[in-house]
Amino acid sequence: MTASAPAVEERRARPLRGILQRNGWTLGLLGFLVVLLVFTKVIQPSYGVSGIQGLAIAVLPLALAAAAQAVVVIAGGIDLSIGSMMALTSVIAAARMDDQSAEVGVTVVVLVLVIGLVLGAVNGALVVVTRVPDIVVTLAMSFVWAGAALLVLRTPGGGSVEWLRDLVLGPFGNEWIPRAAIVLAVVVAVIWIPLQRSRLGLSFYAIGSNQLAAFRSGVSVGWTKFLAYVVAGLFSALAGIMLLASTGIGTPVPGPYTLLSVAAVVLGGVSLAGGRGGLVGPVIAVVILSLLRTDMTFMRLNTNLATVAQGVILVGVVMLGTFLTLRRKAE
Amino acid sequence: MSTAPTAPVTAPAEPLLDATGVAKRYGAVVALRDASLSVRRGEIHALMGANGAGKSTFVKILTGAVRPDAGTITVAGLLRADHSPAQARRNGIVSVYQEPSLIPDLDVRANLRLTETPLEPFRAKLDELGLPRLDLGRSVRSIPLASLRIIDLARALAIEPDILLLDEMTAALPANLSERVLETIARARGGSRSVVFISHRMSEIRLVCDRATVLREGDTVGVVDVNEGSEERIVELMLGEIAKEASAVPERGATAARAAETPPRLSVRNIAAREVHDVSFDVRAGEVLGVVALEGQGQDQLFDILAGSERPDGGELRVDGKAVSFGHPADAIREGVVYVAADRAEALLMQRSVRENIALPFSSRIRRWGIINGSREGRAVGGAIERLQIDTRAQREVRRLSGGNQQKVTIARWVAGGVHMMLCFDPTRGIDIRTKNQIYHLLRDLADAGAGVLLYTSELNEIRLACDRAIVIFGGKVVAEIDAADADDTTLLRAAHNLGPRATAAILGDAPAGESALGEAAG
Repeated sequence: MTASAPAVEERRARPLRGILQRNGWTLGLLGFLVVLLVFTKVIQPSYGVSGIQGLAIAVLPLALAAAAQAVVVIAGGIDLSIGSMMALTSVIAAARMDDQSAEVGVTVVVLVLVIGLVLGAVNGALVVVTRVPDIVVTLAMSFVWAGAALLVLRTPGGGSVEWLRDLVLGPFGNEWIPRAAIVLAVVVAVIWIPLQRSRLGLSFYAIGSNQLAAFRSGVSVGWTKFLAYVVAGLFSALAGIMLLASTGIGTPVPGPYTLLSVAAVVLGGVSLAGGRGGLVGPVIAVVILSLLRTDMTFMRLNTNLATVAQGVILVGVVMLGTFLTLRRKAE
Repeated sequence: MSTAPTAPVTAPAEPLLDATGVAKRYGAVVALRDASLSVRRGEIHALMGANGAGKSTFVKILTGAVRPDAGTITVAGLLRADHSPAQARRNGIVSVYQEPSLIPDLDVRANLRLTETPLEPFRAKLDELGLPRLDLGRSVRSIPLASLRIIDLARALAIEPDILLLDEMTAALPANLSERVLETIARARGGSRSVVFISHRMSEIRLVCDRATVLREGDTVGVVDVNEGSEERIVELMLGEIAKEASAVPERGATAARAAETPPRLSVRNIAAREVHDVSFDVRAGEVLGVVALEGQGQDQLFDILAGSERPDGGELRVDGKAVSFGHPADAIREGVVYVAADRAEALLMQRSVRENIALPFSSRIRRWGIINGSREGRAVGGAIERLQIDTRAQREVRRLSGGNQQKVTIARWVAGGVHMMLCFDPTRGIDIRTKNQIYHLLRDLADAGAGVLLYTSELNEIRLACDRAIVIFGGKVVAEIDAADADDTTLLRAAHNLGPRATAAILGDAPAGESALGEAAG
């Protein structure tokens, strides 16, 4: 997986320097994450296997939400209904899986993924056909999906089949490698790598970068935008399923996932103007955001203050990024 | 292109591309009435027309970007109804625009993949066009604009389209590249392909084109064989029968006498920037100076520099004899130099009232004393509104006003603020004739009150109607100065095409000189 589409073929052809330059932001984030892990270990010497395990499980749903957001933002849009789609898909899964056999569980997972595609398709169709701004359409739809989730389950309830929980809980071979991390890597890779290498993936970048040039290059702008929302719907459904898998219960009220996904996308180096970035950056950003939260608990910081600190760090990092970009342009 | 159906064996006279009776209207505005274009196989065909003749709409229809209301388009005898550039591309019509259609955030190779362009022919075409060692891994954003135009053209040529449509693609291209492009295009002549060539440069048309189709006000008014002396005929067709206009603003008496006494309101000396090359002129007090230029000759940048939005690379500006340097429009406004744009939306707060819009620059000036002096503001603004005859029924929100009245508001705000030098960039674009006349009068009033006015216009008759004299800009240089009394459309249009004086013999003699001046300018 690479950080951006243009980098794909360059990996083989270009020397190391080019790779470093192209993926500078992602590598910077990775460095920051390592520093943060060391810092965590310093302030909380007991942080170890169980900490990593907990982190991976907490990150999994949000990372998939960030992936969903990243695809739409790369294509020049935004989706504010991701949190609600997660809630809806997760309660549908919880309600249908409760006390069912493993085989039924498989059927439910497939069904829920299809529902995710449909939800994304509705979002995309509304944005493309009505030409109402995406921010308005997806905000409105977020209420629709959230309301539908409450119709499925009035209160938190339902349950998950055993195999789904086993899929994400516990280590994978080595105790340091959480299964949740493997699941995340596999899911994102299986969906995104083929997509990114296809003409459709290129078209996502194209319409996000310059819609007129994309249109004149023979890209069908409407269809491409529609499909970006469909992919986001699929990722949201996966996020919903993983939310159920990690908590074991369906919660009809959407969590803070929508706004966190936007934050992760921005921190992850995806331009909100579209056309730039990838999926690795946002996923690393999600890990950083979660770990920051944990560290602040370790430091016994007031929860409200922790939220403030998180926001300040986000603004600071994004400003740094903008500053670096501007300086590079000036040169 | 491989997917394009091969033409049946026909007589050579059968056109490869044939468009007839094409019409298109946008709301009440008729863009095309009855446009036609017939291009033979192997021909290089120019499509010409003055600004607003419907050229760009016609191009959009040919490339599938816009659907016509009426008319038929056939390619090699087969009926076409392309609904998108993608479809037109599959059907063998590929276009290259002045703005390259490459995706800035992708590298060159990804852009080629996006349009499914084969790599080897692309390389070969790049060699031919003089850009042999291009690194395909470079991000498009990092490549200079001129090279991007060449890359865009190579990409179009690489898929061997039946019809190649070049829309102003040589405009503002450096001379050496422009030559390469023309050579490459000329090589297509007589082959199985055709080229539709759109350019403002008569010399290029003469160099490469076989025939020219001329549009005027949405109609195809003629098809001309391009040869020596056909410029005359083309210019004539572009203009049509020059309508007799009532002289709207004749009073230009006191100007000349006053002018000699004081330093010029605005003095421009050797201004240079990316698209502007060594431009010098004076605007005297009491004078309306017209600026005539075809699109993209550097006038946009010149006005940005004069209005303080952009710093020039070199040269000197003086206002009332005092040397000035503008880093921000506020600096220019402080010196009494104000800017009126063609696009009203750039200048107005659409949701606010007429009064507030007029008071905006005015109140920011007296803000220094703390509170806005209500009655003083009221008096100044009231006076301005009265003077402009702005329809007061819709004064609550500026966006409810007609375009003409909106433009009057943007001018009125500067009248209220007291202005020394007004820069107007095509202020009457899309405005009805009555309001236009009011604007001419207003500009004349301003001049009579001692201000200088610089008026760029895309409508040639405005030079006669509103100006005292005009300068003509071509390729970023001032190429001519014409007195308003002599400024008939033919003279202006010829000057705007850098064609030199009218005599036919002189055209040919002049052409190389014009060409080299252009090369210098672009390089």
